[in-house]
Amino acid sequence: MARKDSITGKLDWLTILLYALLVLIGWLAIYSAVYDDEERNIFSSSLNSGRQFQWMVASVIVAFVLLIVDSRFYITFSYPIYVFILLLVLSVMVIGTEVKGQRNWIRIGGFQMQPSELAKFAVALAVSKYLAGLNVDIRKWRDKWKAFALIAVPILIVAVQGDAGSAIVFVSFALVLFRDGLESYFLVIGASVIVLSVLSLVVEKFLLVGILFGLALMVMYFARRNTKLVMAIAGIWLAASLYAFSVDYAFNKVLKPHQRDRINVLLGKEVEKGRDWNIRQSIIAIGSGGATGKGYLQGTQTKLKFVPEQSTDFIFSSIGEEFGFIGSLVIIGLFLGLFFRLLYLAERQRSKYSRMYGYCVTSILFFHFLINVGMAIGVAPVIGIPLPFISYGGSSLLSFTILLFIFLRLDTQRYETMR
Amino acid sequence: MSSKDLFKNRYRVIQIIISAFALVFLLRLLYLQVIDRKYDAMAKNNAIKEVDIYPTRGLVYDRNGELIVYNEAIYDLMVIPRQAKNADTTKLCELLNITKEDFLKRFEEMKKQRGYSTYKPNVFVKQLSLKDYSRLQEYLYLFPGFYGQVRTVRKYPHRVAATILGDIGEVDDKQIDASGGYYKPGDYVGKSGIEKVYEKELGGRRGKKFVYVDVHNREMGRFRDGEYDTLAIAGDNVISTLDILLQEYGEQLMQNKKGSIVAIEPKTGEILAMVSSPGYDPNLLCGAVRGNNFKQLLRDTLLPLYSRPTLATYPPGSSFKPVVGLIALTEGVQGVDYLVPCSGVYFFAGLTLHCSHRHPSAGNIQYALAQSCNPYFWQSFRNTIENRKYKDIHDIYGKWVAYCNSFGLGIKTGIDLPYESSGNIPSLKYFDKVYGKTGWHSSTIISLGIGQGEVLTTPLQMANIFACIANKGYWITPHVVKKITDPVTNKDVTHPYEKHESLIAKEFFDPVIEGLHMVVEAGTARSARVEGISLCGKTGTAQNPHGDNHSMFAAFAPKEDPKIAIAVVVENGGYGSAYAAPIATLMVEKYLNDTIQTKRLPLEKRMMEANLLSKYGVSTNKSAEMKIEEED
Repeated sequence: MARKDSITGKLDWLTILLYALLVLIGWLAIYSAVYDDEERNIFSSSLNSGRQFQWMVASVIVAFVLLIVDSRFYITFSYPIYVFILLLVLSVMVIGTEVKGQRNWIRIGGFQMQPSELAKFAVALAVSKYLAGLNVDIRKWRDKWKAFALIAVPILIVAVQGDAGSAIVFVSFALVLFRDGLESYFLVIGASVIVLSVLSLVVEKFLLVGILFGLALMVMYFARRNTKLVMAIAGIWLAASLYAFSVDYAFNKVLKPHQRDRINVLLGKEVEKGRDWNIRQSIIAIGSGGATGKGYLQGTQTKLKFVPEQSTDFIFSSIGEEFGFIGSLVIIGLFLGLFFRLLYLAERQRSKYSRMYGYCVTSILFFHFLINVGMAIGVAPVIGIPLPFISYGGSSLLSFTILLFIFLRLDTQRYETMR
Repeated sequence: MSSKDLFKNRYRVIQIIISAFALVFLLRLLYLQVIDRKYDAMAKNNAIKEVDIYPTRGLVYDRNGELIVYNEAIYDLMVIPRQAKNADTTKLCELLNITKEDFLKRFEEMKKQRGYSTYKPNVFVKQLSLKDYSRLQEYLYLFPGFYGQVRTVRKYPHRVAATILGDIGEVDDKQIDASGGYYKPGDYVGKSGIEKVYEKELGGRRGKKFVYVDVHNREMGRFRDGEYDTLAIAGDNVISTLDILLQEYGEQLMQNKKGSIVAIEPKTGEILAMVSSPGYDPNLLCGAVRGNNFKQLLRDTLLPLYSRPTLATYPPGSSFKPVVGLIALTEGVQGVDYLVPCSGVYFFAGLTLHCSHRHPSAGNIQYALAQSCNPYFWQSFRNTIENRKYKDIHDIYGKWVAYCNSFGLGIKTGIDLPYESSGNIPSLKYFDKVYGKTGWHSSTIISLGIGQGEVLTTPLQMANIFACIANKGYWITPHVVKKITDPVTNKDVTHPYEKHESLIAKEFFDPVIEGLHMVVEAGTARSARVEGISLCGKTGTAQNPHGDNHSMFAAFAPKEDPKIAIAVVVENGGYGSAYAAPIATLMVEKYLNDTIQTKRLPLEKRMMEANLLSKYGVSTNKSAEMKIEEED
């Protein structure tokens, strides 16, 4: 049982297997999306697949290093890492390079990095550290605000840099806070806000306010003996009505036209011809895959470049086209398996820090999965964030690897009781 | 609920949230990929494109196997804008002979075109001649993104017979709609002449190939290795009835004169030559210069684009007299030896009509034709119309019109060219309308008897009358195409042309032919007599209220075994014997003997040099001076 003490013996190999499968599938899908008749070598560095391979090698090295480092390092330096990374993210505004209209890249040697990708694991470390602190109770408003602030600061920095997609990802920490005891009504309010937002864009506003009024009256009738409750319902109705109008205002005045279009496409409204191109082509690609797919490297939508951002944001459409419903099922199954495994690992942690970090990892991965696949099949708005482990992109692969392997390292040391 | 239970509970809630979203995705995917099958077709529409393969257009030969229309390679200079960066524009402009502004303007115009893409080849310069292109080709490697694409244009080596051969041009919207999707904008089709009428045969059949295209519409390989592709079928070759050398000779004779020559082989109805003057070089309407030249030709007051032989109508004058005589003879109202005294004046129903020539009274139809005696044919016409055998004038006049129609008059002959006038034989209805049902008599319409008044014929119809007389009673639908040949199998397709019998009794043709022979031997066209050729003809002078009379002559030869029937009209040429008769005899002599007798060469020279342009109010024939693209 000598191996029990070694890292390899304690490592959760099931998670690593799922990780490896997803990365490999991603690599093959990237090759399918980018290869052409002139360059058929999957390792060629002129292709995204070749560069992705280099990043895969780098990820293995990084993962190895992360597993060697003692978990106490992460716990001790959670806040310094958080501050350092955020400063790095801020620095791109001075020393950064512009790629595709976003000035959030740093060039190191021949490689380009997006520091905002690294913010994910840094924020995860800091949030876990905070929630694991003595006397911190998320149900107290004093502590809530501090937790919210830890999350809000990176959101603001990334959003100001114009990367709205990466900023939205941090919303996923709500799930972590929920697990730590944040009141359920936050989730209920969150869900209601989303539903109300959609409704106020789809349904005529006055009609919506009227329907809500009717509903409120009905509830008030049943609660007529409880004056306090009646007042509360009236207050909620008023707030909801005001919100419905402000959503409409924000939609028309605050959002940029292309953002408006993305939402309109999703709501099934008419948009100017061609504006719904991405999503249309992605759906055609996936739909034309049928039950069993067109076969590897046989996707016409993919090979002939009808779907834009094929190797990055829309990688799922390539898999859907070439491997059909069966392939989609496998991908969703692998992710679902990974999420459940990670939740299981998180729950078995004895230290709160490790458990919270496990939830951070799961929430971030799940949120990316939700938006990216949802976008490709037309049920989520077009937000340009990668599908973890699968999409092409060195920064994202590296950041997801770091995120995951720190947790695996924490898991190996779960018996060394810590707070 | 204890705190521990709460957390246990939340673990479950989070599992449920994740599972719920995964389920939504699976249902959505099930719908997209398994239930709704429309996306397959949409993906195919995206990626598979039909590309047309154009066949080569058929060639046209004359009756002796001489090539008269063929295809010549020219080049479109194409550019793929995305690849055309860093080109040495100064050098390219120099090679193309354009200015730098012009160069940039072309790029701007290209961008405005429908379906413009920087990835796709665009036409930069249309239709460069082989000479211009070969000069450019040596340097083309200097200009990435530019390349030459070979196309073909029509070439007409003999530069004559423009209105018969016709031209090709871009298909118009009406034709596209009528073709049921076969033609596409930018396709070339015949616009006039043989090119138009035989479009189906000459045009061949387009082939198709199916290719994959990428999002920029670039071809990316064949679909299913060409399983569904079809080959283009080359156009058939057309063998024309024209004798291109005779045609050339006719156009030379007619230069600087407005008018027509129509020569028909009587036995077959084949058109040997059909001159429309002034003509133009058919090459003017080929290639890049087409648009400008067409506009210029359209503006020319001499109407070079107008096909005079089939469209221009003239009162036939005396050339019509044989028909009037033949009808009277067939109707039995007079015999061959019928006599009409002619004192130069003809009194009838209070009218005093004059004969155009002084001559002894005609005692038979031969002599009447030879002297072109007006009173004789007035009398013949009157005899026909006043025939008591018939109930009233409507009855007999209707029959008279039918006789004319049986010569191809007042109706379209049915020639295989796109535009044809039916001329005019006034109808019963017309006279009833003008004079009232009972208001007209033989005296009212007497001028018809000498081919004046409302009767109008095209030069083609005139030639056709003489073909019918030469055949002693029938004519074949005149035509310009003999047969169609498949260039691959060498199989010929000929379709028979209709034979039309005239209503004239056969026995009366001999005396009339004798009379027409006398016209040339001893009558009004004595000057047109050609030694060694027994010609039968009739002069005509069409009265022209707008200027000098039109000179006309119609004939056939040889008398015993007619090989050519011909009609010539020279507008404002005066008497028939002045221009029309000499030109007709020169044509006949050229056709029958291949050469002109030495003693007639001065006549030939005089005819070729005769210039009537001043009579048409112009000093030069602009269309003859127009330039085509420089060759070699």
